[in-house]
Amino acid sequence: MLQKGEKAPDFTLPSTPEKSITLADLRGKNVILAFYPADWSPVCSDQMSLYNEMLKYFERYNAVLLGVSVDGAWCHQAFAKARQLHFDLLADFEPKGAVSRLYDVYAEGVSQRALFVIDAEGIIRWSYLSPIGQNPGADGILDALEKIK
Amino acid sequence: MPTLIPPVNALDHATGAEHATIELVEYGDFQCPYCREAFFIVKELQQQLGDKLRFIFRNFPLSEAHEYAMDAALAAEAAALQQQFWPMHDALYNRQSDLDETLLVTLATELGLDLHKFSNDMDTPRLLSKVEADFESGVRSGVNGTPTFYVNGKRYDGDYQDLASFLVR
Repeated sequence: MLQKGEKAPDFTLPSTPEKSITLADLRGKNVILAFYPADWSPVCSDQMSLYNEMLKYFERYNAVLLGVSVDGAWCHQAFAKARQLHFDLLADFEPKGAVSRLYDVYAEGVSQRALFVIDAEGIIRWSYLSPIGQNPGADGILDALEKIK
Repeated sequence: MPTLIPPVNALDHATGAEHATIELVEYGDFQCPYCREAFFIVKELQQQLGDKLRFIFRNFPLSEAHEYAMDAALAAEAAALQQQFWPMHDALYNRQSDLDETLLVTLATELGLDLHKFSNDMDTPRLLSKVEADFESGVRSGVNGTPTFYVNGKRYDGDYQDLASFLVR
């Protein structure tokens, strides 16, 4: 996976069937990229649901959160609606896993459970690969954001 | 292994002997069904371990997933200001299936709280800050879902169903 100090590769991915997000457009803000294997994992221990609760803490660090998986935009839309997620989920769907490969976190047909904190200049300041079955929480993200501040 | 940040302190709600050998901290959500299961497990542990166990509860309301989780956390904190944190904590889990705004007032009434003070306290920013501080400390401590337990300051990564066998080694 890409490491601290490397430039975060730019990409454009759909966040809804109608809208796309380009990483470079977010310069000036810190960006948290949370790659995860699939939508629809169990609720109470679900990583994306946890991050959804944390958006205001991330905002305090001028940080935007983006989830990324190989699920399609329609799937993301249904998932985000069901869990009432208030951040964008990006569809790394076509060509499948292209952005996950760019960040070197693609394996066995899915994005790995990987976190990147990218600073306002587009440099990776922290990255972490979690065992795929384990929710990594957000302590590492907050520590990384605090160091940028 | 993630550790508890900050360590247990005077702001915490704690029950059990002060110098107990086992300090068990839970980050919990009053509307989470798994926390309810864990509540009964902790009750049994308290019976079983007596003075060896000190139990501390910190709020980790998943307010986007659970409509009444934040209000319930505030109700427990408001009850704490009238020295009734644990009775409210227990009542919320015992009657979780009926949880809504009405239940909070019902429980406050049943516990004999000053209702005027209770509802004023629930709305104060100070109480919200307390709950949010608990939540943020949980994130810092590596909470990744509810319930998450810490045994003597270290995160317990096993299944909470097995807490008893872990503690009574």
